[in-house]
Amino acid sequence: MLFSVQVEVTLRQGVADPQGATIERSLPHLGFDGVKGVRVGKSIRFDLEAADEASARAEVEDLTQRFLTNPVIEDSTISIVAGANA
Amino acid sequence: MAPRIGVVLFPGSNCEFDSLEAVRALGGEGEILWHGDATTNGVDAVIVPGGFAHGDYLRPGAIARFSPVMSAVTEFARSGGPVVGICNGFQVLTEAGLLPGALQKNAGLKFVCTTVELRVDSTNSALTSEANLGDVLRVPINHFEGNYTCSAETLASLQANDQIVLRYVDNPNGSVDDIAGICNEGRNVVGLMPHPERAISDLLGSADGVVLLRSLLASASVSV
Repeated sequence: MLFSVQVEVTLRQGVADPQGATIERSLPHLGFDGVKGVRVGKSIRFDLEAADEASARAEVEDLTQRFLTNPVIEDSTISIVAGANA
Repeated sequence: MAPRIGVVLFPGSNCEFDSLEAVRALGGEGEILWHGDATTNGVDAVIVPGGFAHGDYLRPGAIARFSPVMSAVTEFARSGGPVVGICNGFQVLTEAGLLPGALQKNAGLKFVCTTVELRVDSTNSALTSEANLGDVLRVPINHFEGNYTCSAETLASLQANDQIVLRYVDNPNGSVDDIAGICNEGRNVVGLMPHPERAISDLLGSADGVVLLRSLLASASVSV
């Protein structure tokens, strides 16, 4: 089965996010007030061939832990749906 | 016999020739270790130099860690061989699991390019054995992601085991506990953000990197 996978990588809580902080500080200059808690991360998408959703998830969790993120400073959110990415 | 120092060259490294020059100026033999070859070629010590290995894609060091040479460097380090990672090389060694912790973006989102003062806080490592405790060295830094961080437990064990070998006198990037350089538990693997290879002559503004690289050459001679 083909699964479309999206891994969102974010900095862990407590890890400095200077990009997010800079964006947050800049928004009021454009007149956008009240924006708080800006965090910058990255989104990684791919298609994965696997026997079923459980084995797809196990594989994605493994490669996310070992490669896509550095667990010392980053967290991840994984979403997996059947079918190819558009 | 002069110790042979291998300098790893990844696509995107840019301090490999400075490192070779520094090693040769101090009486060592220097040679390039191409990242695609899974060997350290029998050298006595390894420098993982600064730059942007593999473009720093994904994260600094994340791809470099899988280069064939890194399996050989890891084996060399595990058998006690001296390995020093400078700047991007430090990031590669943390990603490869040879040193604990990680380097995050500098506090204040600033690329820092200046000469800083480092205090030698341990002389028990492959890069600091020839220095004196408390020495203050003037060495250039040049990085965007040099803000060292690690878990509270890791920091406590680094402190307890005397693994923080160099600290910034005036912290330029937000590193926890002013950390500029650390070593592993075996003390043969050292990572630091500052560039000792750029401080080997008064003509370059400072010769304070010499004592660090001399330490590496001395460690290399011992391990021969």
